[in-house]
Amino acid sequence: MGTITFIEYDGTTHDVDLVDGASLMELATTNGIPGIDGDCGGEASCGTCHVIVDAEWTSATGTRSGEESQMIEMSPECEPHSRLACQLKACPSLDGLKVRLPEFQM
Amino acid sequence: MDAERVVIVGASHAAAQLCGSLRQHGCEGEIELIGDEPSLPYQRPPLSKALLSGESTLDDLLIRKPEFYEKQRVAFRRGRVTRIDRASGVVELEDGAVVRYDRLVLCTGARARRLELPGADLTGVHYLRDAADAAAIRSGLDGVGRAVVIGAGYIGLEAAASLRKLGIAVSALEMADRVLQRVTAPEVSAFYDRVHREEGVDLRLGVGVAAIEGDDHVTGVRLTDGDVVPADRVIVGVGVVPNVELARDAGLAVDDGIVIDAHGRTDDPCVFAAGDCANYPDGRYGRRLRLEAVSSAVEQAKTVAATICGKDAAISALPWFWSDQYDLKLQIAGLSGGYDEVVLRGDPSTGRDFACFYLADGRLIAADCVNRAQEFMFAKRAITMGLAPDRAALTDPETALAELLRAPSVVAG
Repeated sequence: MGTITFIEYDGTTHDVDLVDGASLMELATTNGIPGIDGDCGGEASCGTCHVIVDAEWTSATGTRSGEESQMIEMSPECEPHSRLACQLKACPSLDGLKVRLPEFQM
Repeated sequence: MDAERVVIVGASHAAAQLCGSLRQHGCEGEIELIGDEPSLPYQRPPLSKALLSGESTLDDLLIRKPEFYEKQRVAFRRGRVTRIDRASGVVELEDGAVVRYDRLVLCTGARARRLELPGADLTGVHYLRDAADAAAIRSGLDGVGRAVVIGAGYIGLEAAASLRKLGIAVSALEMADRVLQRVTAPEVSAFYDRVHREEGVDLRLGVGVAAIEGDDHVTGVRLTDGDVVPADRVIVGVGVVPNVELARDAGLAVDDGIVIDAHGRTDDPCVFAAGDCANYPDGRYGRRLRLEAVSSAVEQAKTVAATICGKDAAISALPWFWSDQYDLKLQIAGLSGGYDEVVLRGDPSTGRDFACFYLADGRLIAADCVNRAQEFMFAKRAITMGLAPDRAALTDPETALAELLRAPSVVAG
C-alpha cells in the first residue's frame, strides 16, 4: 500500500491510503476529503472532482483526456495539469502522488 | 454545537452527503442512518442505465464505501420508520425500536407513481426506482423478446435505451404528443424522438393506456383506441410521488414535498429535510421547487449539515441533471421552465450532438447539452453569473464560449 496526498485550497493536507484500481475521486470521498463531492459517481459528467496534479507527477499520471478537458477548461481555476479525479486511477506507481484542490468546484 | 445525536431517515444520496458534511462542519456527536433497503446509500441514476443493461453491480454504485461510514462514525440501522414523535424527540420503527434524536433529517425520497389500471399488478409489470426494482427487471430478461415502456420521460427513455442495448424489441408509449414534453423544448424532444426511432424503438405518441393484459403474467398493453401492443415485460415510468407521510403525520408542513426554508429547516427547528422529498425556496428562480436530482440532494444535504452545526448556509447551487441514452450524454444545467426563447448551437435535426440554450428576458436560465460537455460547463457558469449572452455568438460554432464569459453583458443581480 502507498499514500496519496490531497491538499485543500487552504493548504490543509490529507494523506490517504492508496488503493490500487480505485479512482482518486473514490479515495477522496471514502476518506471524507472536503472539496471533492463526485456527484455523478465517476462518469465525468459533473465536474465536481477537479484536482491539480503536482507538476513533478504529470509524467506518471499522464495528461487529461479530451472529455476531461471539455469539462475542466471552462473553470476559471483550470491549470495545465488539472484533471478530474474520477478519471485518475490509483496504481502502485503513483505512491506519493500529490494533488491540490481548487478553491471551488464548478 | 449542541446537537449530540443526529438521526437521518432514508439511506439516500442526501444521507450519504450529510454524513460527510456533518463531520466536515464539526459535528462530533452520534450520527445514525436509518434505511429500509438492505444496502448503504447507492446511486439511483444508473439503475435505468448501467445497472439495467448489466454493466454495473450494486456494489459499484455505492455512493460511499463502507469504510467511509466507519471513519465518519456513522451507525447504519436497517429498518422502516413508522412515526415521528416530535414531543419526545424520537422516531419509532416498524420492529418496535425507538430511536432518540436531537436533530432529525428526513431524506425519505420519492416513490414511483403507480398505474391505476386493470392488470397493473400482473407479474412482469415493473417500476424503476430502487435496486430491487432494477434486479427484478434484470432477472429473467434473457427470455424477453418484447418490452413496453409506459411514459417517455427520462426514466422511460433511459429504460428503452438500456433494453435496446440488450437486443429487446421496445415500444414506448406516451400520452403527450412529444417525448420529454414536461422538461424540454420541442427541438430537444424532436431530437430524442429521432434517435430512439433510429435505434429501433417503436415510439407511439399521443396514446392512452387502457389496461395491461395477461392472465397471471403480462402479455400486452391495451391502448384506449383498442390496439394491443404485445409485451413480455412492461416498465412504467410515469413520474414519482414524494414520501411525505411521516412528516405530514407528525404535523409538519407538506405541500408537494416536505416544506423547508432556505436553510433546510422544516417548521420544527429540530427537524430538517433534504432531497427528492423536500420542497425548498429557490432564490435564483424565485419560486418553490421540489427537484428529483442528485445535485439538489447534495446541495440541500450540505446546507442542512452546516445549519445543524450552527453555520449560516443557504441552498444556492445551480441544479443540474444528466441522462445517458445510447451514445448520448445529456447534461442539463438549470431549469428551463418559464423560458421565452431557445438558442441552438449545433443542429439537433442531424447528428448526435448539440446544445439548446434557454433564455428568459435575454438572460440564460438553462441549457440541454447533448455530447457537449463544454457547453454544459459554460452554461453552469453563465447561469450562475446571470449572463445575458449575445445570441449570434452563442449560435456561432467559431465563437469560443469562454470569450462570452468575459464579455460585458453580465446583468447585475
